[in-house]
Amino acid sequence: MGKTTGFIDFERNSAPYRDAGARMLDFREIYTEHDVSQLTDQGARCMDCGVPFCQADDGCPIHNLIPEWNDLVYRDRWRDALDRLHKTNNFPEFTGRVCPAPCEGSCCLAVIEPAVTIKNIECAIVDRGFEENWIKANPPLQRTGKKVAVVGSGPAGLSAAARAAELDRANESTIPSYVLLESHSAHAKTIQRYQVGKHVMAEPGYLTLRSDCEFQAGTREAVLDQWLADIDRGQVNIRNDAEVTRISGSKGAFSLALKNGDELEAENVVLAIGLEGSPRKIGTPGEDLPLVQYHLEDPKAFRDEVIVVIGAGDSAIENVLGLAASKNHVYIINRREEFSRAKEGNLALILAAISDPAVAVDCLYGSNVNSVIETPDADEPLAISLNTLEGEVTIACHRVIARLGGVPPRRFVEGAGVSFPNERPDAIPELSRTYETDVAGIYIIGSLAGYPLIKQAMNQGYDVIEYINGNDVEPADYPLLHNQFHCLPFEREPRDVLDLFQRRIPFFSRLNALTFRELILESNVVVTYRAGELLDAAVQQCETLDASLADLPQIPRSAKVIAAGEYLYREGEYASSFFTIVEGEVVLETQGQADVQLSRGRFFGEGSLISGRPRQESARAEGTCILVETPRRIMVKLFNSNEDVRQGVDWIFIVRELKRHFAPDATFDELREVSSQVVLRSFNAGEVLFEAGDIGDSLHIVRRGSVSLQRGVGDRAATVVELRSGQLVGEMALMGDSNRRERAIATVATETIELKRPEFLALMRLNAGNLDGLQNLVSRKLVKTTQMETRPESGGILDFLLSEGLGEATDTLIIDEQLCIGCNNCERACAETHDGLSRLDRAAGKSFANIHVPIACRHCEHPHCMKDCPPDAIHRAPGGQVFIDDTCIGCGNCEVNCPYDAIRMSYPAAEKPSLLRWMLFGHGPGPGEPDAYDGMKNDPEVQQKGKRAVKCDACVNEASGPACVRACPTGAARRIAPEQFIELLG
Amino acid sequence: MFDNIMRVRNYRYFWWCMGSIVVAVGVFATQTSSNEPANGGTWQGLVLGVWAALLIVWLTLLGVRKRSYRFRLGTVQDWTSLHVYLGVGVLVVATLHAGLQFGWNVHTLAYVLMFAVIISGVVGLFTYLSYPRRIADNQQGQNRSQLFGELYELNQQGIKTARSCGPEVQTAAISGIQRTAIGGGVLSQLFARDLSRFETLDGVQQPNPHQAPLIDLVSKRIPRADKHDEVTALQDLLVILCRRQAVIERLRKDIRLQGWLQAWLYVHVPLTAATLTAVVVHILVTFIYW
Repeated sequence: MGKTTGFIDFERNSAPYRDAGARMLDFREIYTEHDVSQLTDQGARCMDCGVPFCQADDGCPIHNLIPEWNDLVYRDRWRDALDRLHKTNNFPEFTGRVCPAPCEGSCCLAVIEPAVTIKNIECAIVDRGFEENWIKANPPLQRTGKKVAVVGSGPAGLSAAARAAELDRANESTIPSYVLLESHSAHAKTIQRYQVGKHVMAEPGYLTLRSDCEFQAGTREAVLDQWLADIDRGQVNIRNDAEVTRISGSKGAFSLALKNGDELEAENVVLAIGLEGSPRKIGTPGEDLPLVQYHLEDPKAFRDEVIVVIGAGDSAIENVLGLAASKNHVYIINRREEFSRAKEGNLALILAAISDPAVAVDCLYGSNVNSVIETPDADEPLAISLNTLEGEVTIACHRVIARLGGVPPRRFVEGAGVSFPNERPDAIPELSRTYETDVAGIYIIGSLAGYPLIKQAMNQGYDVIEYINGNDVEPADYPLLHNQFHCLPFEREPRDVLDLFQRRIPFFSRLNALTFRELILESNVVVTYRAGELLDAAVQQCETLDASLADLPQIPRSAKVIAAGEYLYREGEYASSFFTIVEGEVVLETQGQADVQLSRGRFFGEGSLISGRPRQESARAEGTCILVETPRRIMVKLFNSNEDVRQGVDWIFIVRELKRHFAPDATFDELREVSSQVVLRSFNAGEVLFEAGDIGDSLHIVRRGSVSLQRGVGDRAATVVELRSGQLVGEMALMGDSNRRERAIATVATETIELKRPEFLALMRLNAGNLDGLQNLVSRKLVKTTQMETRPESGGILDFLLSEGLGEATDTLIIDEQLCIGCNNCERACAETHDGLSRLDRAAGKSFANIHVPIACRHCEHPHCMKDCPPDAIHRAPGGQVFIDDTCIGCGNCEVNCPYDAIRMSYPAAEKPSLLRWMLFGHGPGPGEPDAYDGMKNDPEVQQKGKRAVKCDACVNEASGPACVRACPTGAARRIAPEQFIELLG
Repeated sequence: MFDNIMRVRNYRYFWWCMGSIVVAVGVFATQTSSNEPANGGTWQGLVLGVWAALLIVWLTLLGVRKRSYRFRLGTVQDWTSLHVYLGVGVLVVATLHAGLQFGWNVHTLAYVLMFAVIISGVVGLFTYLSYPRRIADNQQGQNRSQLFGELYELNQQGIKTARSCGPEVQTAAISGIQRTAIGGGVLSQLFARDLSRFETLDGVQQPNPHQAPLIDLVSKRIPRADKHDEVTALQDLLVILCRRQAVIERLRKDIRLQGWLQAWLYVHVPLTAATLTAVVVHILVTFIYW
C-alpha cells in the first residue's frame, strides 16, 4: 500500500469513453488513451485490505493479485506490475477490456466511496507491456504430445488409462493424450501370474467401484478377459513389452526411457507398478534368451525335459519339486553350500529329493552361472555354463528358470526423484490428497501407494486422471465418511469434519490430508453422550443407519455411540487400538484408581499397541466426548510413513513406562528430560542383550517380545526366567551388584528401553519412595532365578517351551503325554464346533519331557498372521483370541506369515448328511470323518468360494470355552497362559 | 503335570461316590428282616433298584456326552471321572438291591453282565492311567508317522547298501526289508506278533523274528568277506539293520500299546448294550410276574 491516505486524498476517476460519434466511424478502442499520472493516483486509492475481497472467489474468478499490482502502478514500477498480473492471468489484454469487473463490485472501499478503478489499471498495465515490447511469446521448450504416461497396467493403471481414454472421447480428441506402458506382454502382470483358475475377490464389499473398466469377483481368467474387453471397448492406448527403466525431468516435461532404447515424453507420470517389482536377472550373457524364464506358471506344462533352475529360495525349491514330479530332469543351481533361506518344510523336501536316486533332481552347490548360449541341437537347445566347486561345467538343457527374487520397485521410484520417509522396507512415499508425490507431476496409485485391494486401486486410477485434468472430484469412498460422522453431535460436510478433527488433534495436524482421511476411514469414531434424550436419539439414529446399511454385503463403519462414564476398555483386555481425543475428557484408571485425566488432542492406548500385551489400565469417557479409535494395523502403516507420529507415540510410551516403574507421582514435565535420554534398542531372536560376567551400567524395560535369562555356561546353560513386555531386565546392575550374573537373550524379535545409571539415579531422586518397591522386586526375582538354577530339568522345559514360540504366545494348547490316550476327541470337537474343519493337529508338533505342543494357534502377542491381511479379516477379541472373520479373501498371506504352521488354507467342509442319507446313498462325510472327505473339492459352488484361511479361534464364540479342552476325556489337553508356565515346570 | 481322571478337582467325584454308597448302605440297613427277604421286593430294595437303574442309564450317557461338543455342564473329563467312580459304585448299589440273592435266572444275568462291564471298565481305566506314559516313553518325541518316515529312509538306505554286497546277503537283506511285517490282524497288533520273513539265495523263506536272524546272517558274513569294499558295505548294512531293528521294535510296541488302549472298548461298549437290554428285561419280568 503505497500511500496510506490515498483513498482519502484522491477520488475515483475512471478513464472516460471516446466520443460516441467518433466511435461509430471506426472499430477501434472505445476508451480514451491511458493517463499515466491519473492511474498512479488511482492505484494509490487501493487500501491493501487484510482480506482482499477483490481477489477472492467472488471478486476475481482467476484470483488476480489486485492489491499488489495496484501498489506497483502507484510506485511507477510497470514492468513488475505486468509480471504480477501475468502470474495469474494469461490474457489481461482481454479481461482488462471485456471483464464485467466483479472485483470493483467487491472492493472494500466501495462500502463508503466509489471503488478503485481496477479494470482500467489492469488494461493500462498490459497495454504498456505491449508498447514497451515486454510481452513476448513463451512457448514450452519441448512439446511432449502426451499429457499423462501411466506406468503399469494392473487394475490401478488400467483404470487410469481407461478414464483418460474416456476423457479424450468426450473432448473429441482423435490422438490419445496418454499412453499406458506395460513391461509384460499382456496387461495386469501380477494377476496373469496367479495360478490358473484362482478366485479373485472384490473387497471391500461396501466400496463402490468407480472406473471405466468393469470388475467383479471371479476367476483369474474371467477378470483378465473382462479387462481385455474393456481395453478393446475403450480403445485404450496400451503399449505392451514397454518396460520403463528410468524417469527423468520435471512436471510438464518428463522423459521415460524404455528398455528397448525408446524415449517417451509426458507432462505427468502415473506410477501404478505395484509392489512385486521385476524379477532379478541372472546377470550374465544370455539372460534374455527366450528359453530363459523368470517365473513358472504351471510346472505340469513341461514333461521329459532337462531343466536348470537357478536359486535356492522357496520359489526355486517349489518349482524344482513341481517339475521333478512331472517327470523332468531338474538341476538346481545353488550359489551357497546350503539352503539357508528355505522354509523348514521345503528344506526337508528338497534334501530328500536330491538324495533320492529315484527322483531326477541334481543339486550343484557353490555354483555360479557363467553364460547361457543357444545351441544348434534341436533336442536340447540351450547350454548353460557354470563355475562349480569342481571347475567349469556345461549342461545341455531345454530351458533355464531363474528364481532369484525380485528387485523391489523402490529404487526405480527413488530414481525418479521421489523420496521415501525412511529406510524401512515397507515405507510408502508421502502423497498429497491427489496422490501426487513430492515430485510435482509424478503420481503414485495402487499397492505401491499402500492400497493393496483391486477396487481401491481402480477407483484411484479414475480419480488421479480427473485430478490431473483439474477436476477436484470427491473420492468414491466419500459416502463412507458420511456414515462415520452420522451420529456426531453436529451436522457438517465430511470434508469440514475432517478439517475440524485434524485441527483439534495437534499430533495429526502435520499429516497430509490424504493420509488423515485414510486414517479416519479405517478408524472407529466413538461418540459419548450423557444419559438422556440426546443419547437415546443418537443411539436410535445409529440403529436406523445400521439397518439401512444391513443389505450391503459388508457393513461399513458407522460411529459407535456409548453413554458417558462407560468404559472404552478395561484393564486386562486384549486390544491394541489407539485412541485420540477430538473432544471431551477421558480418565485412565489403574486398579480402580483414577490415574490420569486426558483432554482434547491427547492420545492413549499406545501401551498395548506397541507391546501387544493386554491393557495395563482402564479408560473411561467423561461427559460428551468424540474419540477416534484407530486399529493397530493402520497405526503401524502410519509409523512406517511418518517419522513424527512414530516418535511422538514412542516418547509417550517411554514416559508412561518410566512413570509406572520408577516414579508414579512424577509429572510429565519432570520426566521430559530423562525420557529424552533413554535409548530404544531392538534385538533379533537369539541376539544377546548382555553376557554373564559383563559389568553392567544399565537396565532394560522390555517394550515388546521377550527375553530369557540363562545361568551356567556351555552345555550346562539353562534358562532360569523368561521376562515379557513391561518387565525389567538387568536392574540388579543398578542396585548393588554391577556384575551381570546371567546372560540375557531375546527369545523372539524384541525391543527394549535401555536406561543408564545417570537417568536411573535422576528418576530415583524424583521418587525416592518407590526404591523400596523396586528393591523388593529384585529380591523376589533373585530367589526365583536361583531356585530355578538348582533345578536344571525345569530350565530344560522352559528352553523347550521358548523354542516352540511360547515366548510370544498368550494362549497355547498343551497336551500332557502322560494322560493323552490319542483318541483325537479334541480334533473332532474342534471340527464339530467350527464348520466341520479342525484347526489343530494333535499328533504333529514337538514333545519334550511329556509335554506336547501340538500344531495349533498360540495367539501371539503380536500375531504374525495379522501383519499382512489385505481385507483386515484377522482380529483379536478382548479376551485375547485371534480369529479370522468371514471377509477372508483366501490370499494365503497369513498362512505364509505364521511361523508355527497353525494356519491352513481349506475349502469349506461338506455339510453333514443325515445318518440314513450317508448310509443308504453315500452322501457327504460320515460320522468321524470330518476332514478326510474330499468330495467338496469338485463342487463348483465350493470352488467358486475358493479356499479360506482356517485357524484356531480359541472358541471365542463358544460360551462354554475351548471345545478341545472341554472334550478331552482324560484332562490331557489344557490351554495355558504365559503366567501358568510355572505349572508346567513341575 | 495335569490331574488325571481319578484326581480331578481334588478327588471331588470320589467323595460324591462315597456319599452315594453310604446313603445306599443306610437305606439297605433300614430293612428289618421280617417276612420278606432283603431284596428288590421291599420298598428299600425298590429304591436301590431304581437308583441303580438310573445310574446305569446315566453311565451309558457318557457316550452321548462325549459327542455333545457344545454341552456346557462340566467337561468330558469331569463326566469321565464321575463315570469311573459311579461305575464302581453301582456294583455296591446293585448288589444291595439284589440282597446277595443269585440264581440261574434273567435277573442274575443282568447282574453278571453289569459285573463284566465294570471289570472291562477297570481294565480300561488301568490302560488309560498307565499306557499313555509308556507310549510317550517309547516314542521319545517322535510320533508314529515320523517313526514310519524314519523306517522308510532306513529301508531305502538298506536296499541301496545291500546292492553292493554279495548275492547271498543282497537277496536276504532286500527280501528281509521287503518282507518285514508290522501290525497286521487284531491279535498281531495286540500281542506284537512278528511275522517277518526273509528269503535265502535258494528261494527258501525263513522266519525273521525281531530281525535277529537277518542281522545274524550279515554279521556272520563280515569276517568271511573276500573284498575290502564288501566288508565296508556289510558294516554299513549291519548298522542300518540294527537301527531298523530298533525303530521296528518301537513301532511294534507303539501299535501294541495303542491297540490295548482301544481294545477294551470293543468289549466294554457291546457288554454295556447287553447289560441295558438285560436290565430292561429284568424290570419287565419283575413287574409282569410281581
